[in-house]
Amino acid sequence: MAAAGGSGGCWFLALALGVSLLKCLLIPTYHSTDFEVHRNWLAITHNLPVSEWYYEATSEWTLDYPPFFAWFEYALSHVAKYFDQEMLVIQNLNYSSHATVFFQRLSVIFTDILFVYAARECCRCVNGKRPGKELLEKPMFVLAVLLLWNFGLLIVDHIHFQYNGFLFGLMLLSVARLFQKRHLEGALLFAVLLHFKHIYIYVAPAYCVYLLRSYCFTANKADGSLKWSSFSFLRITLLGLIVCLVSALSLGPFAVLGQLPQVISRLFPFKRGLCHAYWAPNFWALYNAVDKTLAVVGIKYKFLDPEKIPKASMTGGLVQEFQHTVLPSVTPLATLICTFISILPSVFCLWFKPQGPRGFLQCLILCALSSFMFGWHVHEKAILLAILPLSLLSVESPKHAGIYLILTTTGHFSLFPLLFTPPEITTKILLMLLFTVYSFSSLRALFRKEGPLLNWLETIYLIELVPLEIFCEIVFPLTPWKLKFPFIPLLLTSVYCALGITYAWLKLYVSVLTESVTVRQKAE
Amino acid sequence: MEKWSLMTITVLLGLIVRWMVSFGSYSGAGKPPMYGDYEAQRHWQEVTYNLPIKQWYFNTSDNNLQYWGLDYPPLTAYHSLLCAYVAKLINPDWIALHTSRGYESQPHKLFMRATVLIADLLVYIPAVILYCCYLKETSTKKKIASALCILLYPGLILIDYGHFQYNSVSLGFALWGVLSLSYDWDLLGSLAFCLAINYKQMELYHSLPFFCYLLGKCFQKGLTGKGLVLLIKIAFTVVASFAICWLPFCTEVEQILQVLRRLFPIDRGLFEDKVANIWCSLNVLIKIKNVMSPQTQLKLSFAFTFLTLLPACIKLTLQPSLRGFKFAMISCALSFFLFSFQVHEKSILLVSIPVCLMLNEIPLMSTWFLLVSTFSLLPLLLKDGLLLAYVVTTLAFLTVCETSFSIFEKTSEEDLQLKSFSLSIRGYIPSFKAFPKIIKSLFIVSVTLMGILTLMSATLTPPQKLPDLFPVSVSVVSCLHFLFFLMYFNAVVLWDSRNGRNQKKIH
Repeated sequence: MAAAGGSGGCWFLALALGVSLLKCLLIPTYHSTDFEVHRNWLAITHNLPVSEWYYEATSEWTLDYPPFFAWFEYALSHVAKYFDQEMLVIQNLNYSSHATVFFQRLSVIFTDILFVYAARECCRCVNGKRPGKELLEKPMFVLAVLLLWNFGLLIVDHIHFQYNGFLFGLMLLSVARLFQKRHLEGALLFAVLLHFKHIYIYVAPAYCVYLLRSYCFTANKADGSLKWSSFSFLRITLLGLIVCLVSALSLGPFAVLGQLPQVISRLFPFKRGLCHAYWAPNFWALYNAVDKTLAVVGIKYKFLDPEKIPKASMTGGLVQEFQHTVLPSVTPLATLICTFISILPSVFCLWFKPQGPRGFLQCLILCALSSFMFGWHVHEKAILLAILPLSLLSVESPKHAGIYLILTTTGHFSLFPLLFTPPEITTKILLMLLFTVYSFSSLRALFRKEGPLLNWLETIYLIELVPLEIFCEIVFPLTPWKLKFPFIPLLLTSVYCALGITYAWLKLYVSVLTESVTVRQKAE
Repeated sequence: MEKWSLMTITVLLGLIVRWMVSFGSYSGAGKPPMYGDYEAQRHWQEVTYNLPIKQWYFNTSDNNLQYWGLDYPPLTAYHSLLCAYVAKLINPDWIALHTSRGYESQPHKLFMRATVLIADLLVYIPAVILYCCYLKETSTKKKIASALCILLYPGLILIDYGHFQYNSVSLGFALWGVLSLSYDWDLLGSLAFCLAINYKQMELYHSLPFFCYLLGKCFQKGLTGKGLVLLIKIAFTVVASFAICWLPFCTEVEQILQVLRRLFPIDRGLFEDKVANIWCSLNVLIKIKNVMSPQTQLKLSFAFTFLTLLPACIKLTLQPSLRGFKFAMISCALSFFLFSFQVHEKSILLVSIPVCLMLNEIPLMSTWFLLVSTFSLLPLLLKDGLLLAYVVTTLAFLTVCETSFSIFEKTSEEDLQLKSFSLSIRGYIPSFKAFPKIIKSLFIVSVTLMGILTLMSATLTPPQKLPDLFPVSVSVVSCLHFLFFLMYFNAVVLWDSRNGRNQKKIH
């Protein structure tokens, strides 16, 4: 890290350059099937007319991102042809020449420039008045490292392979714009983001409510409650116009071609199961675990008839639907309702007790976390949607810092199963240690006066992750259970992490709900 | 933040870069029949595991010395044996006699890379950390910064984790030696240095400074009293540690002689490949190998080496000081590299590590030297397919040095340690201009030149008449740099102690 560092942006550039160089070193590492997914999309968008983009199905990895992302791939493909023509042939399934790998990896690294810019803007929004002359102990510096060197983003984008960097860049930039009171820009950026990757729809409620409440209503009553007469029709029209224009630009062509239903069906594949092959550490992981335990116990004590139980290998299989044995099966509608209910309090909080952009950010994180907890077919990677915005809050208050440490450590740990090849095991452990040691020591230094950030129970919980990792990656493969129960490490990891993430979610929720009460009391 | 957590982060960064570089290719990957240093190390495991010690260094039907015969001292052989035992546990095919020749696979690569990382973690990295933690008169920040820079020095990382060697072991032992000497644990220091020599004979480049420093210390204490006792103790330690390392070979004189013959192959000529030393660079103008007999070459190179390292060594013996010792390590190793017989391009690391120790005192010049030393390895790295790692680690190193030491701002005469030197020059030439500006612009010109040459060697194909155009120009350019650095470091050494005494008077 930039230890001494000059004034102004010098240290920031050094941090950004440093992490970019690290990303370059990651080029030859393992990449997952997502690499082939994106290569396939390059080929599809390069060779076919727009009308066939969402119909092409040579590869099993069909285009299932919104149109802007397709256009993004289209633009990339025009650079790709100078690296290797062959990667742009649709029939070249699983093609990964050196030039292809190099090009795709570099494209991720270069588009991350947007993320770096967004991180810079976010650092400017942070309250930097804390006493502490040391550069290393300035909230800005800590935030810059927490964002730029984020472990999850590094392994998901630069080893596993995805383009989350610039997408999160768009999101953080729009958050920063809202902090800077440039609401329209923020709304525009978020609308564009939604048409790049629709997973961000999870946090859309926060945006809607915040913009409506704090931008469209220009004034509050003296006690902080809503003043209906201050509603600005101009502002809501502008917002509406932005959203409609962006959507028209993105979906318009497909609407004209009459392909909208096809596009939608590709974007929302409800045919996939409740959980991913590896359970994301959320509520459903706990639910499945309870179900499985009940089934095992039931068979052992003859409550259940083994004949009637459907064969369900829940983890370590393909993405498929599966049925619960004891507990009722979960339908997409049920998850939707659960998600909706869990988001509701935070949104209410944002409407009735507005606290400016910080309240909005809390609501955004809660939306992301709640949908992660209860969503249908959630990927473990979606935890980044909560971790990255929470970094902004963590450097401002010790309470959030504590929650952040629990959430990032468990969330990042739950990403471990993404990388399973032997050389990458060392890589991920080293990178994880780097980020974890940094986040703990820097946040503790930042809030040295406020006492410990975690209580003893939380500390023990986090320390227990070490033996868990040792058991899963080192001890378990040597035991005879490896062949009989290959899913046990995954199951343990996801259940154990689910506990921590649920805890962090509840703690954040409680803190948000109680905090707003005290603020109102103050206002009174 | 606390010191220990910053140090942990530093070590982790160093480890991550090392491990990332090891994902790249290694020397001789997929190139039968001879392969490269990777195969050499694997072959040594095979030989040491399967053959009795008496046959290790001899040409037998089971041990063809023409195929990567063991030519390092016993400790390397023992280390190979140790690795071989682990390899045997994992997969016996890796070290099977004869049949394992040229064995290559992903798991095996992982194993070999891991052995380097473990050796590094046990010997070199702790030495660096301890050295930086106990730097005198430096702030915590500076300590961390120097540790980070030393750990990220690209030359060593690329050779050990890219090309594949175990330099960090011998260099690490030498560092332990320096570390012990700075605490006046002279016996421990000599033991560590003996281990270094017995791991790699190239460590002899550092032997004169160690010898002169300890001798000077004995002189200082008075050769009749305490000094003599110390001298005897040190001599005993050295002899004992050598004896222990060579114990299995001490049964016959022929054994020892054969090992020595393997260690110092005089018949291999003045230089091989493209080395950035004087002989190889002069070869562009005069074909030395054709003009002179090998015996004359040997004498000539010996004379030059001896003459160039003499001043620093005499100075050190007369006025032994830690600072002088470190500088003498640099200038002696550099003289050896430039003028001695049978030098490998990788031997520049022996100069680089002492230079690393100077990073916090003369940031600009050290960074510059370290960049040049890495650049001089470029032809080798290109052959191994390590261009990406080379570019990335070099840029990272430059970034880290610049942000942690702000090298461009520290160009005053004091920062360059040239105050007394330029004062004495001004005694003769009053109009002598100050160094700082010249040095700074020279640095920028040289970095640009290295960048352009790297770009050219990586992208252009050389003209058919001159197939070696780029490697030769790289080595000539680096050689010129090294000559300049030899003069610089000698100037610092020779004028340094006088300055030190003046300072003492002032205080």
